[in-house]
Amino acid sequence: MPKITVNGKEIEAPAGTNLIQAARLAGAEVPHFCYHPGLSVAGNCRMCLVEIEKAPKLQIACNTAVAEGMVVLTESDKVKKARQGVMEFLLLNHPIDCPICDCAGECYLQDYYMAHDRNPSRFPLGKNKKEKAQDIGPHVMLDKERCVLCSRCVRFTDEISKTHELGIFGRGSTEEIGLAEGTRLDNDYSGNVVDLCPVGALTDKDFRFKSRPWFLKETETVCGGCAQGCNIVLNTNTNPYNKVGDKRAYRIYPRENAEVNQFWICDEGRYSYKAFDENRKESAGLSGAAVTLDFALERMAAGLKKAMDQGKEGVAFLLSPQMTNEELWAWKWLAESLGVTQVAFGDDIRRSGKADGYLMKADKNPNSRGAQDQGISGPAQAMLDRASSGGLKALICIDHELQDAAVVSGKLEFFGGIFSHSTPTERAAHVSLSRAVYAEQQGSFTNMHGRAQRVNKAMEPLGDSKTGWELAFLIGQRFGLAAPAADAAEIFRHIACYKGIAEEGHGSLGKLGLSAVQGAV
Amino acid sequence: MATPLYLTKNFKNPAAASYDGYVAGGGYAGLKKALSMAPADIIEEVKKANLRGRGGAGFPAGVKWGFLPKTDGPKYMCVNADEGEPGTFKDGPLMELDPHQMLEGIAIACYALDIHTAYVYIRGEFYKAYRAVENAIDECYAKGIFGKGMMGSSFALECRPHPGAGAYICGEETGLISSLEGKKGFPKLKPPFPAIKGLFGKPTIVNNVETLACVPHIMTLGAEAWAALGCEKNGGTKLYCVSGQISRPGLYELPHSVTLKELLYDHCGGPLPGRTIKAVIPGGSSAKILKAPDEIDVRMDFDSLGKAGSMLGSAAVIVMDDSTSLVRALDNLLRFYAHESCGQCTPCREGTRWISKLIHDIADGRGESGDLDKILDILTNMVGNTICVLADAAAFPAESFIKKFRPEFEEYVRRGKRMSITGWKEEAPVIGAGAH
Repeated sequence: MPKITVNGKEIEAPAGTNLIQAARLAGAEVPHFCYHPGLSVAGNCRMCLVEIEKAPKLQIACNTAVAEGMVVLTESDKVKKARQGVMEFLLLNHPIDCPICDCAGECYLQDYYMAHDRNPSRFPLGKNKKEKAQDIGPHVMLDKERCVLCSRCVRFTDEISKTHELGIFGRGSTEEIGLAEGTRLDNDYSGNVVDLCPVGALTDKDFRFKSRPWFLKETETVCGGCAQGCNIVLNTNTNPYNKVGDKRAYRIYPRENAEVNQFWICDEGRYSYKAFDENRKESAGLSGAAVTLDFALERMAAGLKKAMDQGKEGVAFLLSPQMTNEELWAWKWLAESLGVTQVAFGDDIRRSGKADGYLMKADKNPNSRGAQDQGISGPAQAMLDRASSGGLKALICIDHELQDAAVVSGKLEFFGGIFSHSTPTERAAHVSLSRAVYAEQQGSFTNMHGRAQRVNKAMEPLGDSKTGWELAFLIGQRFGLAAPAADAAEIFRHIACYKGIAEEGHGSLGKLGLSAVQGAV
Repeated sequence: MATPLYLTKNFKNPAAASYDGYVAGGGYAGLKKALSMAPADIIEEVKKANLRGRGGAGFPAGVKWGFLPKTDGPKYMCVNADEGEPGTFKDGPLMELDPHQMLEGIAIACYALDIHTAYVYIRGEFYKAYRAVENAIDECYAKGIFGKGMMGSSFALECRPHPGAGAYICGEETGLISSLEGKKGFPKLKPPFPAIKGLFGKPTIVNNVETLACVPHIMTLGAEAWAALGCEKNGGTKLYCVSGQISRPGLYELPHSVTLKELLYDHCGGPLPGRTIKAVIPGGSSAKILKAPDEIDVRMDFDSLGKAGSMLGSAAVIVMDDSTSLVRALDNLLRFYAHESCGQCTPCREGTRWISKLIHDIADGRGESGDLDKILDILTNMVGNTICVLADAAAFPAESFIKKFRPEFEEYVRRGKRMSITGWKEEAPVIGAGAH
């Protein structure tokens, strides 16, 4: 590995590393607008100019690879002067409308102004006027005046989404980002350009004017939208003084994970947070009417008991690949403890949708692999057929939408449901309990490649909702079974196929489970 | 003139524009000789001839050719005929009046470099030159110069003309490559240099029209004889484009060893009657201005002008006499650069427009004290901080104009509006470049 010196500190950086990354290894941050590790190098913002010994001019750090013996200065007077110059140039025609800009608080221009410029404007003349609010696609608005022309968004549509909607038009200081003729920024990954935009030029229609970013709580978690398990940050806000109505979740944006989603997320996943509170089931129900949780648990235990007394083969649990590993384990534990043998997770009736060979997967459940890893067998249709033909006495269905819920419900002596949202199947259930969505619980999902990734709790369960494992333990309690674990972490340690991970910890990026390591499943 | 002509010898012979006329004047003898030589020897010959790139940078052409990797894959020759430097008018006539001279140079260069595809990127406004080159290329295909089997040899060369769309920046070699690739004419990051990764990502040599037009003469005359025409490290004769307030403006082919003073006074007849030369831009608008008479006794080669704090550039000599307002001349120049900045790099995109506005305000009598120092400070943030040298090209004249003629600029600032109403006339009549 080449040895280089950054600001007097000698470090080793892998060959091919650029100076922005190498400087980070030495604890120095080189400011930049156009450089993004997930995109090609454009080298046009000129913010990352650094001084390299023996080079006649300042060099851009983003396009300079480390070389043995290189001596780099990122904070010399020459560098500082150039940076200040670039900041001044960028701000010349920038409208500085931070008070009404959604990006304020997470804007590179603001941060770098404070860090590298702090000079008053020397530009008393009229600024360039450009289009302020152009609707460029279903999710994105463009403000051409705020744009610093870093071309990140253009490169994203060229290199990642490969849809080529955006381009740079015109030249000189009247140059602007725009749509290619006859197109709109309408692709499955369009929302990423908003995250990429270092300033407030591209804003998300969904997030526009909803909240200041500094009011939002950031939770590192995993998208529950499909089997890919993209790493995300979920922004929530429950402070009554600055939130919008009952809105709790505000946005999702991707978190870097080279093994899963690199830097990106699909729009389907990005806006999946809206489903958390939409049409939500907040309390337990008895044939659709709200009841207390205790009452519902009592009735559920009674219904199960009555059916089991007639023979345990008449009782079935239909679990869901929407459940976390911990919830699945708890229900498996309950089934084993009660002697219920018919447990399925329904890989034949699970939600499916669009797949694109990149991040979007057809299996729209986050944890099918987790259920498989834990040995919960798949097909559910046979189980449902038996139910609708009267072959079952009792069925507990967790978060599955059944096609013929009314028929199933009519044939069963007891039809229990555990649902996070209010649905026709939920209303057809004799007794229903409300389950916390994944954003309301600690736990883990295993993505389709066998990577167990931690799901973190971003908000409190709504109303009477409880996590699936809490409900399993509460039902167990009604049968005199002591809870086998106190929290999600303890449950995870019980899951045999993730034993190694439980001991070492997931880390923030997740780890492969035994099945993936050994190539099983 | 006693000076023997090479590059322009056919300019007064309309027949030379055709293949037959060109051959009758001794044309394609250089190519014939080249084909009998080993390619490496041709490169060596061009190196020995001290041929400097005539697009503006003056980089030794033979050395540039030597950078091209000797790989088998596709390699390209791009001929830079996007002559856009204000004041320059040499490549246009070279193509219009004697297109075969350039094509012969292309053929020799491609043979020497084992390149089988050449593109001639011609400035969009050069309609006549484009037609001339297009016709000449067609003739070359018909006469067995281009296509399969150059002059009966086994060497194949395809050559195509390509019209530009009128952007100055496409005369920058990587901007030209972007444009030729069908993209917006944005210059590319260097490294990698075009010789390694150029057109369509393949090794590419970009040469100016005049550079290639010299090559046949190097072949026929021999490297030593060509080098001897010029001075040390600057071989051959050079085309000088003289314009502005001078008695006999025009295109002059002279040895590299001529001095600016000789060029202006001996060849061009000196200033207009009753005037004195005030300042000269020696190498296209991007070059730093020289103050007359103190700074013009300088040899017109790449190295001497570099030492004199300016550059030979495209050898476009723009003469301004005492009737010219340098403030207005600079205003005109800077408006050009603000208009032609491609907008890719921040310092150039914003800086060129900003200094143009500031100078324009000064010229219009709205200047404020401190503006001149502000401009000089802005320029330091532009120079050397961008992908290509357009920012430098705007900053160099601005800096040299202001530093060398500061009292005149200060006078505009001091007298403000009164200056814009009465103009510079109080002292001398205004015929400035870009006078309003």
